[in-house]
Amino acid sequence: MTRRHLIVVALLVGVACALPFVVSNYRTFQFTLVLVYAIALLGLNILTGYNGQISLGHGAFYALGAYCAAILMDKLGAPYWMTVPAAGAVCLVAGFLFGLPALRLEGLYLALATFALGVAMPQLLKYHHLEKWTGGVQGIVIAKPEAPAFLPSIGLKLNPDQWLYFFTLVVTFGMFFLAWNLLRGRVGRALVAIRDHHIAAEAMGVHNALYKSLAFGVSALYTGVAGALGAIAVQFVAPDSFNIFLSIIFLVGIVVGGLASIPGALYGALFIQFVPNIADEISKAAPWAIFGIFMIGFVYLMPTGVAGAIRLLLAKRRSAP
Amino acid sequence: MEALAHQILAGLATGGIYASLALALVMIYQATHLVNFAQGEMAMFTTYLAWSLVNAGVPYWAAFVATVGLAFVLGAAIERIVIRPVEGAPVLAVVVVFIALLVILNSVTGWVYTYTIKSFPSPFPKEMALGRFMSPHEVGAIAVTFLVLAALYAFFRFTPLGLAMRAAAQNPESSRLVGIRVGWMLALGWGLAAAVGAVAGMMVAPIVYLDPNMMGGVLLYAFAAALVGGIDSPGGAVLGGFLVGVLENVLGAFVIGNELKLSVALVLIVGVLLVKPSGFFGSVHVTRV
Repeated sequence: MTRRHLIVVALLVGVACALPFVVSNYRTFQFTLVLVYAIALLGLNILTGYNGQISLGHGAFYALGAYCAAILMDKLGAPYWMTVPAAGAVCLVAGFLFGLPALRLEGLYLALATFALGVAMPQLLKYHHLEKWTGGVQGIVIAKPEAPAFLPSIGLKLNPDQWLYFFTLVVTFGMFFLAWNLLRGRVGRALVAIRDHHIAAEAMGVHNALYKSLAFGVSALYTGVAGALGAIAVQFVAPDSFNIFLSIIFLVGIVVGGLASIPGALYGALFIQFVPNIADEISKAAPWAIFGIFMIGFVYLMPTGVAGAIRLLLAKRRSAP
Repeated sequence: MEALAHQILAGLATGGIYASLALALVMIYQATHLVNFAQGEMAMFTTYLAWSLVNAGVPYWAAFVATVGLAFVLGAAIERIVIRPVEGAPVLAVVVVFIALLVILNSVTGWVYTYTIKSFPSPFPKEMALGRFMSPHEVGAIAVTFLVLAALYAFFRFTPLGLAMRAAAQNPESSRLVGIRVGWMLALGWGLAAAVGAVAGMMVAPIVYLDPNMMGGVLLYAFAAALVGGIDSPGGAVLGGFLVGVLENVLGAFVIGNELKLSVALVLIVGVLLVKPSGFFGSVHVTRV
């Protein structure tokens, strides 16, 4: 990390910390969701962007994480902060296990299998033998966590929205830091090598099967953590909010933000959170038409996404005298 | 026993619809080695076109023929305009374009026709002799499926154009050398697939009702059907369609309950891909590395 990077990150953190004090509570909530999506997109990007395994069903892992958090809080009375690592752990195992059969599937077929997972997920969540836990079609309502009691004593008064934002911000920062550490080293290079030429990677001593299923597990972990945070923020989980379109939204996010790019996850998250808000004013269907057009447009014109375009712009400026 | 017979026959009827859509998928797969994720939404969109025509007072069968024609043009146009630029692009790019097509068609339909559920007329008489086991619409849907199959078989087997299309799919380079316009053959293949999909849509709409999301489940079963039969085998896809239809109905009614029906498709898809990726009738591919 160069000094320039450090400055940019410090600036970003500064802006992010100031944000909830200058915008309304509703906007704060929206920015919390941006952070949540950013974690989920980072997860999908580790799998699809860096490792080249296409997943059209990541909404399923998001749902799993969300339901983990909701069930732990509602049925077992766990504190909200404990549900986040728990959801991550459950999704890590689930992702690793789904990743094992996925080893035999390449490209298009993996897309097909994960697409099926994404489409079938709402039905699985509605399954009546699990109703005791999942609440069936009605879903589960979660209480909003309050800011901890010690904060006012150190001179900080936060309302629940602001507190949740900061909680999510800390988790997001930690997850991004971990991903950055994971991807810039040996593991990251191995993942990219498998994506670009798996036979050559194997010949260089990269354990393809291990890394691929591990990538699936870690990716699911990220998405699960996002799901848990998202459930806490929205205070509600229900099967039909985790349909195939959620998985497609994640795909839109990484395509627009930029494949195989860590900051890309953030750009993508901003896009998928705020563009529908603007487009909603035209028609209920408009956001999806716009998403679709953006997807095609990015594939044709800007395959590296916003992150790639920014990289290119900076490189041009640097090379110019 | 009677209940089982009824479920099997009803399964055959929906199976015929899955078979048609699976056939459309296989046609595109054979020509381009791509799985069209937007096939279901294309069928849905064209079914809405048929609904508009019928509602405007056009007699059913005239609307049927017009819709199949429109679907053909739409399919060919999509291939020429949207798919052509990503020909030979990485799989991810192609998948993204297909998914984009899916959401665009879905949302445009929702935009134009709203999301309220509409009923769609069935062209078949209300009462029939066989009425005890199968509704007339189910019998009609099976008959239409077989007609479509026979027509396609005859087209590919006996016409020069069908031969040219098969050649273009099998060996594009050599076909180009003997003067076949491979690009147009692909567009034709897409058009035909869209037309077959439109028939499937019009047959399934009286059962599941018309709504922009009606094809989600049907597409999944069609994927399962195509994979069970072998993704590059048209006959296999048809057989797979009937098999999946019966399996879905029987399992849904007696074993796992209606609420887990879609999971049957999920298990079938993952299972077939893991155990026998070429399906029952597909060809096994060996690649040299």
